[in-house]
Amino acid sequence: MRLNKIFKNTLLLLTACLVLSACATKKEVATTDIKGQMQGDVYTGTDTVEYLADGVPDRVFFATNESILTTASRETLRAQAAWLRKNPNINVVLEGHADERGTREYNLALGERRANAAKDYLMTYGISSDRITVLSYGKERPVDSGSNPLAWSKNRRSVTVKAN
Amino acid sequence: MTKKILILLFILIPIKANALIQVDITRGNLNPLPLAVSPLSIDEDSRKSFEKILKKENIGSEISNIVENNLRTSGLFNPLDKKAFLQAPDIANLKPRFEDWNLIKAQALITGKVNYVDDKLRVEFRLWDVLAAKEMMALAFTTVPNNWRRVGHIISDKVYERLTGEKGYFDTRIIYVSEEGPKTQRIKKLAIMDQDGANNKFLTLGNELVLTPRFNPASQMVTYLSYFKNMPRVYLLDIETGTQEVVGDFPGMTFAPRFSPDGKKIIMSFAKDGKSDIYTMDLENRIVEKITNHPSIDTSPSYSPDGKYITFNSDRSGYQQIYVMKNDGSNVKRISFGNGLYGTPVWSPRGDLIAFTKLHKGKFYIGVMRTDGSGERLLTENYYQEAPSWSPNGRVLIFYRETKTNAKGEGFSAKLWSIDLTGYNERQIETPTDASDPSWSSLLSN
Repeated sequence: MRLNKIFKNTLLLLTACLVLSACATKKEVATTDIKGQMQGDVYTGTDTVEYLADGVPDRVFFATNESILTTASRETLRAQAAWLRKNPNINVVLEGHADERGTREYNLALGERRANAAKDYLMTYGISSDRITVLSYGKERPVDSGSNPLAWSKNRRSVTVKAN
Repeated sequence: MTKKILILLFILIPIKANALIQVDITRGNLNPLPLAVSPLSIDEDSRKSFEKILKKENIGSEISNIVENNLRTSGLFNPLDKKAFLQAPDIANLKPRFEDWNLIKAQALITGKVNYVDDKLRVEFRLWDVLAAKEMMALAFTTVPNNWRRVGHIISDKVYERLTGEKGYFDTRIIYVSEEGPKTQRIKKLAIMDQDGANNKFLTLGNELVLTPRFNPASQMVTYLSYFKNMPRVYLLDIETGTQEVVGDFPGMTFAPRFSPDGKKIIMSFAKDGKSDIYTMDLENRIVEKITNHPSIDTSPSYSPDGKYITFNSDRSGYQQIYVMKNDGSNVKRISFGNGLYGTPVWSPRGDLIAFTKLHKGKFYIGVMRTDGSGERLLTENYYQEAPSWSPNGRVLIFYRETKTNAKGEGFSAKLWSIDLTGYNERQIETPTDASDPSWSSLLSN
């Protein structure tokens, strides 16, 4: 009887340890992930990025509630502008997106603002506004369905898509 | 789509104005009024006729069940278990034995009968004050048998109004967005249902993304956002005929539509060059007016019930806050000053409050404040919820809530919820699929 009780208690302790250590490991993994792939809260990884051509990434990322282009974003857009100048017959749609942590209507406007930030930058590098259409999806089309800061950072984006 | 419904209503006995039972709905009701809903009595011939037409064994009980369910979900009433009833429905309807109803602690009693007359459904019902042993109300309706659910809702509205002193909200519908599929590729359709979840119908097929449907308070028209041909635009839909049309010819995205209180204008946002401003369009002469002009995002406009003011959402201060202005865009005043971000302001149909969504420290709240921004009250907190819509009597809010996904991005759901203005009586509203963006109609009958 007593032995049984001691055994039970030990088992409980053991399970508790296991649960705790599992939690700790998970957390560590998550932090390193974010450190490697985010700067501030802007996504800097390449998981979701596709390429319009060799060395021409299709998307730029934004901080929460922001539409300011980062240094990396401007570099991406300069590459896109160079590629568009070389391919004068290609038109593009700039699809602006927001993360899920905002009200639907505000996010529609925010997606539009982000896509326009990208559009303005392409225009300063010589791309005619006639070749660019802006389309906001707000928070309707996330690429990552996660409910965590890394997933949200991948979803705050403007994606340049070939229109023809 | 749905036929215009004619319900004849006549008063059997004039309602006396002396105050009998009264339910106070301004406070959180922790002691709902115990009341008995005796099933509507029905003669055998009528029962058989309705069974044939409506495929319901006893339409009297069915209508009473609707009344009972409505009154229970309001949180203000506690319908007692029918098994405890001592009087049979036919006798109770003629002359209730108040001692019997008193014994089971019912304070109010609803009785009635239903007949099949000239291919029509005729209902008589009475509301009794058990303690005072007095009749409080007696009404009769005649309608086509297919309207039987609406008869239940109208009885509920009349009882609610007689006992609380305010109009009910049961003979109403909810338009919403039905959602299916993975979070990254959601399929969304417009759907409509009765306030209690019955008669659910899909209005679009899901070929294009649709968002934010809103009822015209003066008719059965709906305005919403559709991505038809990948061009997000505000549309108008006539639920009766199914006809749709685009609202205005704007060179860009229009969104966040709502009707003016008289139903004659649509107010919405138009986004261009990274700015969103508020516009109105007169539905008769199609004249477009620009209401705000600011480099910020101005969106989610909503009129005051007298049409003189507009509340809206703007980030002109740097972050999303709530503002109020005159209907011509003058006298813009910020009204939200608490910690956090504020969005989706909606003016109460009673005029006294503005409901909103608030984001603070990673949590989402549905709350209300006075129209000058004072008296902020948060009604409910969750991981994600937004977009409150008022019941036509301004006592209940319906909104949607989304769940957090797990580490693998699984477990997402979106559901409709309602809560009383008092912050009590929070309930999920069952829908056949996931659901979001609910909008509450006006009363279908008055």
